[in-house]
Amino acid sequence: MRSFRAILIGGLAALTLISTADAQEAPVPPKQDWSFDGVFGTFDRAAAQRGFQIYREVCSACHSMNLLSYRNVAELGYDEAQVKAIAASVTVQDGPNDQGEMFDRPGRPSDHFKPPYPNEQAARAVNNGALPPDLSLIIKAREFGPDYVYGILTGFKDTPPAGVTVAKGMYYNEYFPGHQIAMPPPLTDDRVTYADGTKATLQQEAHDVATFLTWASEPKLEERHKVGARVMIFLLVLSGIMYGVKRKIWSKVEH
Amino acid sequence: MAHQTAPSSFKNPLIRWVDDRLPIFTLMYKEYSVFPTPRNFNYLWNFGALALFMLVTMIATGVFLAMQYTPNTDLAFGSVEHIMRDVNYGWLLRYVHANGSSMFFFAVYIHIFRGLYYGSYKRPRELLWMIGVLIYLLMVATAFMGYTLPWGQMSFWGATVITNLLGALPVIGKSITTWLWGGFAVGNPTLNRFFALHYLLPFIIAAVVFLHVWALHVTGSNNPLGVEPKSEKDTLPFHPYYTMKDMFGLTVFLIIYALIVFYAPNYLGDPDNYIKANPMQTPAHIVPEWYLLPYYAILRSVPNKLIGVLLMFGAILTLFLLPWLDTSKVRSAKFRPWYQWCFWFFVLACIDLGVVGAHEPAGIWILLGRVGSIYYFAFFWILMPLLGWFEKPLPLPASISEPVLGGGKLSGSAIAAKPMEKA
Repeated sequence: MRSFRAILIGGLAALTLISTADAQEAPVPPKQDWSFDGVFGTFDRAAAQRGFQIYREVCSACHSMNLLSYRNVAELGYDEAQVKAIAASVTVQDGPNDQGEMFDRPGRPSDHFKPPYPNEQAARAVNNGALPPDLSLIIKAREFGPDYVYGILTGFKDTPPAGVTVAKGMYYNEYFPGHQIAMPPPLTDDRVTYADGTKATLQQEAHDVATFLTWASEPKLEERHKVGARVMIFLLVLSGIMYGVKRKIWSKVEH
Repeated sequence: MAHQTAPSSFKNPLIRWVDDRLPIFTLMYKEYSVFPTPRNFNYLWNFGALALFMLVTMIATGVFLAMQYTPNTDLAFGSVEHIMRDVNYGWLLRYVHANGSSMFFFAVYIHIFRGLYYGSYKRPRELLWMIGVLIYLLMVATAFMGYTLPWGQMSFWGATVITNLLGALPVIGKSITTWLWGGFAVGNPTLNRFFALHYLLPFIIAAVVFLHVWALHVTGSNNPLGVEPKSEKDTLPFHPYYTMKDMFGLTVFLIIYALIVFYAPNYLGDPDNYIKANPMQTPAHIVPEWYLLPYYAILRSVPNKLIGVLLMFGAILTLFLLPWLDTSKVRSAKFRPWYQWCFWFFVLACIDLGVVGAHEPAGIWILLGRVGSIYYFAFFWILMPLLGWFEKPLPLPASISEPVLGGGKLSGSAIAAKPMEKA
């Protein structure tokens, strides 16, 4: 049995080695510290609110978040009046009314986030042919999730490394696959003035917006962690009891 | 009619009334309570029950997911996100279901490898094994169609790649793919029928599982020694011994399952599937879920598409013939020194193929894929038939109870005198 296990372990180790040696296709963004990491992780509400501020003031100029409604941001700690005010800050088209005409009205909490462009063609037309992706699920739709978004936002280089030429209208980014990204650097130091007085460094901004986007991608993360802890305790106790009962029953027979 | 079927133990008049007319309580009593089961099972024998548990879990969560899901190419992706965001505990249902397929395949793979190691497919259990392979085949089809339903990038492109494979068949290939798609490309009719079949197949699986269990209860279980029970000393009643052992195994299995669902629910999935399907944009890497990667690797190990497709299906169909490919009379690998080596190399080959399937077929991966594929088929078609001829098996124990009860200094009669089968 030992020697078989040795074959298996040896083979697996060899495969792992080959895999890791081969895996250098896409750059790996460095791991950051996140409040939602770990089994008890929760969203840092202040950071998520700051991130939402960045989304409203910067990202939303080009990126939609079609899966979210204004009512959802109540989960970030805004009260009812604030949510209503946030929603009312946009004008949405509604209708048709009794006359069969479309009309404009202030947004309501039940409205979805207003997209910056009416359709994909309009988005491409003003973005050099590139389509800014919807950000509702961006954290779950990219390998390395929040670290990737943080890496992209902080990974722009004014001058590309020697020997690399960047196409017209493209920007060099250390963590974007292929390194050429159509998005101009969106964040800089003091790009926004935080309502809570936090110093708006580039790193702080990137961290905050990645926190907000993680919440947007996985709004039930906290509930999941909370239910998970209870389920684990229940299962550990139950398996202990089951093991005890099983042993007691089997103690009466030779096996 | 005076069929004396009901045992006197049914004291409850209602149960007795039912049982006289439809003896399901007698059946349950005979098949699940007193059913004589080899006393020497190890924990690998838990995985059949675990697979059944997963089937029930998948059907239960799937029915509730279907109440919120919309099988339409414009709405499917959004309806899954609606489940994740707006439905009460929808995230839990979906994560339990999505990761449940992985846990189901994990349990079934251990179950299959256990059967391979201990020769559970050999006479008289050939049909039992073949029904099992049929269940596995149905599972693969169900999982593939289920993966299409969220209509993410990997859903769409996975469905496109796999259905296109049938186009490699000569003459009829093109018509078959058009017929499968319900159009000239993967589209709304495809999604609709995949949903219909994804809902239907699990119930067919359940029916075939019933046959599987029925066949099992005709031949009785195999066991780690591969020696048939010869006397009552060799067996224990299924309840409480194995019901309890299965219960304990289930709780351990659930701990692993819960760890994935609650703390790494997207670890086994592909990030691309959180991007809505876009027929105009092919993802950089199209890969199936982990449990189908070995077949994908076999497919891509061959430069010819048709041969690749035939080998991929052949890899599963070979399993049907296993009872006749293996010429050895000895069941358990414990007593087959050569087969043991071949078996562990086979496990390694399967893992190798799984890793290869996740990588682009280039460089070393092509070689590793070919070596793995060749060994996969050589194991069944060359090694298994040959080993029966020249392998000299180790001496088998006279009975199941001999190594357990008579392995020490005690003689058989001393053991028989001990009261050991009181529950």
